[in-house]
Amino acid sequence: MRIAKTRMLALAAATALLSIGHAFADELSIMASGGAWQDAQRKAWFEPFSKETGAKILEQEYLGDLGKVKAMVDTGNVPIDLVTVETATVLQGCDAGILERLDYSKIGPRDKFIEGSALDCGVGLDAYGDILAYDPTVLKEAPTSVLDLFDTKKFPGKRAMRKFPAQNLEWALMADGVAPADVYKVLATPEGVDRAFKKLDTIKKDIVWWDAGAQPAQLLASQEVVMTTAWNGRIQNAIDTDKKPFKIVWNNQILEYDMIAIPKGAKNPELAYKYLAYISKPENNARLASYITYGPVRTDAASFVAADALPKLPNAPDHLAGAYLVADTEFWGDYGEDLVKRFNAWLAQ
Amino acid sequence: MSALLPSELDRPALARGRPAAGADPGTASAALRRAEFGDRLRSLALAAPLLLLLALSFGIPIVLLLSRAVYDPTIADALPRTSVALGNWNGQGLPDDAAFIALAADLSENQAKGTAYELAKALNARLPGARSQVLKTVRQLEGADGKPPLEIMKAVPFWSAPGTWPVIANGTHAITSFYLLSALDLRWNADGGIERVPPQQAIFLQVFLRTFFVAASVTLATLLLGFPLAYLISSVPKGLAAILIVAVLLPFWTSILVRTAAWTVLLQKFGLVNDMLLWLGFASERLDLMYSRIGLIIAMTHIQLPFTLLPIYSVMRTIAPSQMKAAYSLGAKPFTAFRRVYLPQVFPGIVAGCLLTFILCLGYYITPALIGGASDQLISNFIANYVNVELNWEMAAALSFILLVFTLALFGIFARILGLDRLKMV
Repeated sequence: MRIAKTRMLALAAATALLSIGHAFADELSIMASGGAWQDAQRKAWFEPFSKETGAKILEQEYLGDLGKVKAMVDTGNVPIDLVTVETATVLQGCDAGILERLDYSKIGPRDKFIEGSALDCGVGLDAYGDILAYDPTVLKEAPTSVLDLFDTKKFPGKRAMRKFPAQNLEWALMADGVAPADVYKVLATPEGVDRAFKKLDTIKKDIVWWDAGAQPAQLLASQEVVMTTAWNGRIQNAIDTDKKPFKIVWNNQILEYDMIAIPKGAKNPELAYKYLAYISKPENNARLASYITYGPVRTDAASFVAADALPKLPNAPDHLAGAYLVADTEFWGDYGEDLVKRFNAWLAQ
Repeated sequence: MSALLPSELDRPALARGRPAAGADPGTASAALRRAEFGDRLRSLALAAPLLLLLALSFGIPIVLLLSRAVYDPTIADALPRTSVALGNWNGQGLPDDAAFIALAADLSENQAKGTAYELAKALNARLPGARSQVLKTVRQLEGADGKPPLEIMKAVPFWSAPGTWPVIANGTHAITSFYLLSALDLRWNADGGIERVPPQQAIFLQVFLRTFFVAASVTLATLLLGFPLAYLISSVPKGLAAILIVAVLLPFWTSILVRTAAWTVLLQKFGLVNDMLLWLGFASERLDLMYSRIGLIIAMTHIQLPFTLLPIYSVMRTIAPSQMKAAYSLGAKPFTAFRRVYLPQVFPGIVAGCLLTFILCLGYYITPALIGGASDQLISNFIANYVNVELNWEMAAALSFILLVFTLALFGIFARILGLDRLKMV
């Protein structure tokens, strides 16, 4: 442990020396999870913000596991000012003292955010849907619900799912007949967890697992799988930009929020708050939808969304017409670690 | 299998106590021993810089990291008052109220220091579900509004549940067998005996067995492919042999990641391998080679082939072709000649090559991650997951320790069977 700490300190000293050169300019380091989503943030927010304030944005990419951020905070050398996180990790980071508790007076009125998207240590960026995508040129019969994942009779072939218990367990219960409103109640009991895994068992040998957000579109394109779960924006991006013939199934989607947070000990918290205030303005918050089909988290932003983007958003009226589930952040903050462990054990068996 | 060496031929004579004429055996052998000892010392001195480097850069870090498997002071450091209060608890039922109050004080202090999460995580590693309970209690203690800590602790059922306090008491000892037992799917039960964990939590034995099975399959595949190829290279003219050797070595010099990525392109559903199989009529439909055990073994076999082939080839090169001709002329059939003349001489090379490949396969990580399916992940993938994602280094160290012990034991067995001096590496 001591060795690790000394090494970390040496590393910290080295990076500190390297960063002295930058310290004079007004700079904001943002770490996000790459791909089409980061490209969209660049166009919608990074560049206009730079123009407006004269601050330079330094971008970094990571996979979203808090371990790296924790290492930065522990060594007291935090070279990033803002980090995008999933809702499940916001609570974790809050408890661990890795993320700053936010002062909403510097960001915007907290009651103007969709419920569950303005947390103590993280503020919502956008709403996205966990959906099902397929290629109609491969699948002759069209799936009508995300739960068709579990119907291997009607839809034979491999299906890709995220290598993570969240969403998969919820869908497994829904496919087993649990109403969306009761999913988290059931999943909080050991019997409910057993039931979800039992349902997943029925399709286990047909599942290919994906880790990074860009993989589902690749797996569909190489016809490695006949259907895949995905974040809706990545698939829409493949349809619009790469001209892929994919289709999205919205029925029984799970709605989630992308979050952004300030790591403890960030070098430039004032500028970070300025950025958070900027992107939380309804007109700015709505702009992301023009570059990737993720909806705004401000309740008063709908009128600012570009007309052509609106029908493709996960929270567009049409897409909320069927059944859907809003992901429960508190639940995953509480049970996440145990369920991840159980999920990994199940994967290995 | 051992060859008869001159010294062994002499041994019966010495054993019968018949020294060679005109020599005093005692002084002569003593002088010999002294001379050998001096030689050994000198060679050791020459190797000292290397040994020192190995110890500093390899030995000590490994020992330090592996010590984490049995030394985990996180809980002991976080709960000093509780450790004291549990001093006179006999482990039966619930401890007295003083222990509850001490724990509440320790929890509040951890929250103030910002270490509540680490404590919650460390307890959770030993007692699934503890994390949220610790954090919940800490929040309640924080917003107590004058409510006595004991009342708050008693109001959370978790702290009065059977099984909670034994884990806490166990955690207050910095030396622990918990992680090593977990790495073998075992745990302490309430009566202080060792039992298997419930089946839905048992992972590691299965993963170890899987790792050995994959390593053995790959070793066998490389032997079946490598032996004939090594024979071919050793029996063709020099110029052609050089070209063949380069053909073997060229992929050997390419990065393992590049070769693994190349196999993903070849093996995928609409990849070259599937195209070929269809075109040749070997398969009626496209096979799932990616994310499967068979795909993993194919890719690993390709990467490991040179490691098995080169030791075999280096031995084959030294065997004169005339030996086989002599065997035929003495009336041996081809197979008998191969079995009794050729194979025994090549054997050390075969063992060396197979051992090298088997041991390297035990540590594979990138290839299973990219080509294997969920049920083809090897032990290294789990070690990496505990290091990077779960940040549970104690568990990672325990798994590494078990793997190291297995590997050394295997090496020891082979060394005993063959003698290290006969393990011919390239």
